[in-house]
Amino acid sequence: MKNVITIFNREFRSYFSSPIAYVVIGLFLVLTGVFFYLLMSSFLQYSANLQWQAARMRQPAPPVNVNHMIIRPLFSNISVITLFVVPMITMRSFSDDKKTGTLELLLTSPVTTAQIVAGKFLAAFALYVIMALLTWVYPLVIVFFGDPDVMPVAISYIGILGMGAASVGIGVWISSMTENQIISAMGTFVVLLFLWLVGWFANFSSGAMGGFFQYLSIVEHFDDFAKGIFDTGHLMYYLSLCGITLFLAHQSIESLRWRS
Amino acid sequence: MIEIRNLTKRYGSFLAVDDITFEVEKGKILGFLGPNGAGKTTTMRIVTGFMPPTKGTAIVSGFDVVENPLDVKRRIGYMPETPPLYVDMTVEEYLNFAARLKQIPAKEVKGAMELACEKVDLNNVLGKVIKALSKGYKQRVGLAQAIIHDPEVLILDEPTIGLDPIQIREVRELIRSLAGEHTIILSTHILPEVDMICDEVVIIQNGKIIAKDTPDGLSKSMKGAERLTVVVEGPTEEVSSVASATEGVNSILESTAENGHCSLVLECDFKFHVRKSLSNVFSEKGWSLLEMKVKESTLEDVFIHMMSSSEEEEV
Repeated sequence: MKNVITIFNREFRSYFSSPIAYVVIGLFLVLTGVFFYLLMSSFLQYSANLQWQAARMRQPAPPVNVNHMIIRPLFSNISVITLFVVPMITMRSFSDDKKTGTLELLLTSPVTTAQIVAGKFLAAFALYVIMALLTWVYPLVIVFFGDPDVMPVAISYIGILGMGAASVGIGVWISSMTENQIISAMGTFVVLLFLWLVGWFANFSSGAMGGFFQYLSIVEHFDDFAKGIFDTGHLMYYLSLCGITLFLAHQSIESLRWRS
Repeated sequence: MIEIRNLTKRYGSFLAVDDITFEVEKGKILGFLGPNGAGKTTTMRIVTGFMPPTKGTAIVSGFDVVENPLDVKRRIGYMPETPPLYVDMTVEEYLNFAARLKQIPAKEVKGAMELACEKVDLNNVLGKVIKALSKGYKQRVGLAQAIIHDPEVLILDEPTIGLDPIQIREVRELIRSLAGEHTIILSTHILPEVDMICDEVVIIQNGKIIAKDTPDGLSKSMKGAERLTVVVEGPTEEVSSVASATEGVNSILESTAENGHCSLVLECDFKFHVRKSLSNVFSEKGWSLLEMKVKESTLEDVFIHMMSSSEEEEV
């Protein structure tokens, strides 16, 4: 455990000693902020319209549902945006060590490969968690000016974190296979994009095949979370994806020793 | 301390290390000599547990690197050819990380860092970012990383490569001073380096050991045939013929004439009193002997001799 913490500490700090953490978090917050603004303004327009109509009809305005109109689409958007920024978080993970030769230091130190993988994954995931949780200001604004149901927000965050664990796992795995950061980032992006788009294929295919594609889609599993439904099945999907990719990362680093 | 037994490493069909066996005693420095691509780095990487051997094994202070890699890694300090540095970190942060990675208890980290920095003289750059350091300092940081946990065994892959002459001398002195406490294997393709710092030499070529001795022993094994340089005032052709007729002179390797002087490089058999008979012969002829010196064979000669003779064997 101490070894994992040692590696975690170094990795985590390295995100902040280079511009990566700031650029990634900044980019993420700008993108999610734009979506929040758009959702907010269309919601305001919609409810203003309703009120104006109600006033004309001399009737009380019908209630509008903020959860339905802002929070659910907001978290769907956030979940998609994370797919674009995760490759930037994980691109250096193993690639940099392979390129500069510091992997040789790690592999000749008295630590196991599993500890190295765990430390690197946790560091990338920690940055992801910080980034994702910084979006709390958006629901907070709604709590200030509206009366949303808070439970779905909490459940959405569980979903965001689960999805993050899976996609960061994929990123760490891909970065363990190349010493080039660009290839690492692009590879991760392509895999994540595939796991997102595969949900669309599901719509065009029927039967078992469609169900399978739907199951594979990393975004499809998030839908229930965004609706405020906590289904352990979806969480299991994310956690097993995370577990499998970390296992693959472990194998790819071990195989280096045999091939190199 | 270090035992390497029948070590073999194969990459696909390429045999990088072919059944090598040697030992290093405690406190000794072993020079691992060979041309580039001879299998030095591969052997070192196997000993450090970075990669497993195809066959055979290495035993470091009683622990088998194949069976107990973690125990071996705890006892080894390794500096690869390019020092494995996180260039974004300061020297202090980096050494702190290295100390913890090598499982120095938290309380002792500070002391270990101070000691290592003192040994390699890093105290004045502790707060600097590694990126900004000169090559010599980077090399020292790499060395500090290798010795920070006071390992029983140090493995240094070409520790002086790319340094300027002053830095080279400093690093060599440093390595010399580390011997005794640490058992050291160091690879190089620079011959004088071996002469200067190593207690033992293993010469390796194409993955095979072609010689194993002390630096002195290797030079002595070449002593059978020595070279002699003579400068004589006299006609070149005559001098040459007289010299080659002298007992003990095997052949004339070079002969040059200049301002009535003639200088020859002779390969002689020192069982005979070559120098005495040569000077007698020359004075009988009335030529003055201006210079005569024995050219001792250096490790360089040994090395080239070994290389070419082992190549001949293969042919």
